[in-house]
Amino acid sequence: MAKLLDLVLNGRKRTDAAPDNLLLLDYLREVAGLTGTKTGCDGGECGACTVLVDDKPMLSCLTLATSVKGRRVDTVEALGQNGGLSAVQRGFHEKLGSQCGYCTPGFVMASVGLLRSNPNPSDEEIVAALGSNICRCTGYVKIIEAVRHAAQLHASGIAP
Amino acid sequence: MNEILPARNIGDYVPMVDGPEKVSGRAKYTADLVVPGMLAARIYRSPYSHAEIVDVDISEALKLPGVKAIVTGADCDRGFGVLPIAREERPLARDRVRYRGEPVAAVAAVDDATARAAIRLIKLRVRELPAYYTAQAALAPDAVALHEKKPGNVERDVLFELGNVEDGFAAADLVREETYNCPEVCQNQMEMHAALAEWDPVRGRMTVHASTQVPYYVHLMLSQILDLEMSKIRVVKPFVGGGFGCRTETLNVELIAALLARKCGGTVRLVVNREETFITHRGRPETDIRLKVGMKKDGRITAVECECYQRGGAHSGYGVVTILYAGSMLYAIYDLHSVKYLGKRVLTNTPPCGAFRGHGTVDVRFAFESLLDQMAAELGIDPFAVRRANLMKAPAFTDNDLMVNSYGLPECLDWVEQRSGWRARKGALPKGKGLGMACSHYISGASKPVNWTGEPHATVKIKLDFDGSVVVLSGAADIGQGSSTILVQTVAEVLGLDISRIRIVTGDSDVVPKDNGSYSSRVTFMVGNAAIDAARNLKQLLVAAAARKLDAKPEDIECLGELYRAGAQDKGATFDEVVVEALRDSGTITVTGNYSTIPESHGGKKYRGAAIGGTMGYSYSAQVVEVSVDEDTGVVTVEKVWVAHDCGKALNRLTVEGQVQGSVWMGMGQAMSEETGYHEGLLVTGNMLDYRVPTIQDSPPIEVGIVESNDPHGPFGAKEAGEGSLAAFLPALTNAIADAIGVRFNNLPMTPDRVYEAIAKRRRARATSGSPGANGRQ
Repeated sequence: MAKLLDLVLNGRKRTDAAPDNLLLLDYLREVAGLTGTKTGCDGGECGACTVLVDDKPMLSCLTLATSVKGRRVDTVEALGQNGGLSAVQRGFHEKLGSQCGYCTPGFVMASVGLLRSNPNPSDEEIVAALGSNICRCTGYVKIIEAVRHAAQLHASGIAP
Repeated sequence: MNEILPARNIGDYVPMVDGPEKVSGRAKYTADLVVPGMLAARIYRSPYSHAEIVDVDISEALKLPGVKAIVTGADCDRGFGVLPIAREERPLARDRVRYRGEPVAAVAAVDDATARAAIRLIKLRVRELPAYYTAQAALAPDAVALHEKKPGNVERDVLFELGNVEDGFAAADLVREETYNCPEVCQNQMEMHAALAEWDPVRGRMTVHASTQVPYYVHLMLSQILDLEMSKIRVVKPFVGGGFGCRTETLNVELIAALLARKCGGTVRLVVNREETFITHRGRPETDIRLKVGMKKDGRITAVECECYQRGGAHSGYGVVTILYAGSMLYAIYDLHSVKYLGKRVLTNTPPCGAFRGHGTVDVRFAFESLLDQMAAELGIDPFAVRRANLMKAPAFTDNDLMVNSYGLPECLDWVEQRSGWRARKGALPKGKGLGMACSHYISGASKPVNWTGEPHATVKIKLDFDGSVVVLSGAADIGQGSSTILVQTVAEVLGLDISRIRIVTGDSDVVPKDNGSYSSRVTFMVGNAAIDAARNLKQLLVAAAARKLDAKPEDIECLGELYRAGAQDKGATFDEVVVEALRDSGTITVTGNYSTIPESHGGKKYRGAAIGGTMGYSYSAQVVEVSVDEDTGVVTVEKVWVAHDCGKALNRLTVEGQVQGSVWMGMGQAMSEETGYHEGLLVTGNMLDYRVPTIQDSPPIEVGIVESNDPHGPFGAKEAGEGSLAAFLPALTNAIADAIGVRFNNLPMTPDRVYEAIAKRRRARATSGSPGANGRQ
């Protein structure tokens, strides 16, 4: 069975027909065409599909699309203004928090979720917030530096 | 005017040129590509470990509405494989299946659900054969051969003795022999394997987008498998989500997608899931090592004997090369003479292994550095001193003819010793805490490519057009390691331009020159040198044009990047003006740069396969690892790592640091928690919960020291930075654990249950004997 799904996706209202068993991840990638959100595993292992639902990081591969009815969903494509990079995106780019880039949208969204609720996190809080995301390239050292840098940029007025 | 200087970037912290795409989600990986009307594909995999195929019945599946094509082994009787001497693997099994999960059939259908439903209707009838899950079982005298041409299931036997080992051991003050076991580990790169194949039935052409490190090898194998001229094939490498060696050979995924596309006359996208990506792993084989070392009282090594068994899986892949590396790379790090190596690469009924980061060197280095530490302790020598007692002097050729021109290992040792506070802290840490150290090394590209047609080892083109844009064209595959960034940097440096002036196009065989691919850490060295050559050729044309424009002699022209002038008093001509002049006669300029390795770097001929290990330059690494061990739970925590890496010259300090940290961390995964598990050939760790990759919470700070030995042949003196620091972590960890709790572990990984069991065993032994007991060994 399909239902009508109304939501605010990346700041824009939209309505789609969504089958009951459609995952939010597949809705984003295949229905909405937002391929920035990645599939990295067979369900809930890696965090590459992390998006924000009402500003809270969620694994879109473990979330049914119909369950976000009426809510705000933000993906990596929502970040930045006028095509520029957001504070978190700049952090990951400038500090090499991203190598192959495949896990990056998930890390970026988990970090944005963190900075929206806690603009000045400690290293322990950064590590706790990114605990369910796996990166296979960086060894995480520069990811922590990236989020620290992002918090500084955010403090200077750039949106996370 | 005198203030104008050419732009410089070499040695800076340069963010990756393709970073903005990655952080914004705009980077397109293969699974992100959408072509209208494309079909979805699924693979039917063998549920048997070893069996003769009697029948693959696809009749019911074909009847399912929405199914457009099914391929089986009957559709392709040609083999593939990265080594010209070992091309027996089939994209889809024919006659026999040799591991659980081997592709038997594949379906292309209108959507994924239909493809899955069709897979369930395929019926495989077989006659089962005995299956072998360990090297030992496959080597049993009565074992059935997996491959007719490999009796005894030995893919490759290696034996060499250089110097006289017997004399060497006789001259030693201490001789010790130990055995080591390293389980199979997988790359588990974040992007799952994917391919998009488009068949053009009108022109008889195939286009394949694939998640690969080696577009040219994919091109070559597509031609072989499809029996199609190479000129009718186009291979495109989109963004690739990591590789670590998994994708340094053509995988069945891209071949199956192409076979399906041709059969249905359309476009097929095949994206395999995480479990299938684990099955298609090409990881590091389970390795059993027996190592014997002779040592003088002062720590000098007098002889080495190493026996190495690798459980290679059901097909060769890179296997022959892997077992050769394990032997040849005993050399080129310490001054060794009298070395004997026996290697056996064994075929087993498990998924094929391949070339995981640090290819062939890692497990042997673990054994070697462990035994060095153990023997040094027995002789009362500091772990740093025992390494220093065996240093080489560069330039040199090793006994197996490997060319070593630059050697920064002594400086690496100094750096980590000082930064970690080794001298003050070693032996002075509280109970349960320890420090360990070890060294490792790696090649900067295999000097002889495995598929060599006699062309230069690397070719780069640069296009300069009316708009003043400088576009680098390269076949080098950026897989996240930053090769595109390095090529842009090198070209910008030679031309004295800011890197924002330079663009790069890679990974489309219709546009870019052929490149052998991203493996064995070859790109910075070989393609970097080719890029420098191309940029110099372009600069020469620009200087000539500037001379014409300024009415001066070319030798009097000074290139300042954005300005060309004839002497400091000259007003000169801007880069854009020089470009207009340069294009006046010829129109668009395209220059070529080449690089070839020198014959002296090709390794020797003292034993069969002695070329393996030959390179233009070796990187060196030393590390110190600090651990805490909780004796009540067996949990080991890595508190901190100090690593120094000799990369010749850091072209980009940011990416060198990132590569070194990533290598160390990947070594940590292998040492601490990663291992595959099979139940009668069935992979039981095919996900990231059971195959335990360290999370950010498990991962230590990693402080990187860059040592620059300035290799005489490297691009601006550079050598590799992306692999050499992996191996040393493993022994540095177990050496640190031995320091912390007095128990030495020869078998990996250091899971809490293994560590706890060893501690408990020692407690029981002490309780029975009533003595505190000597250092245990596990």
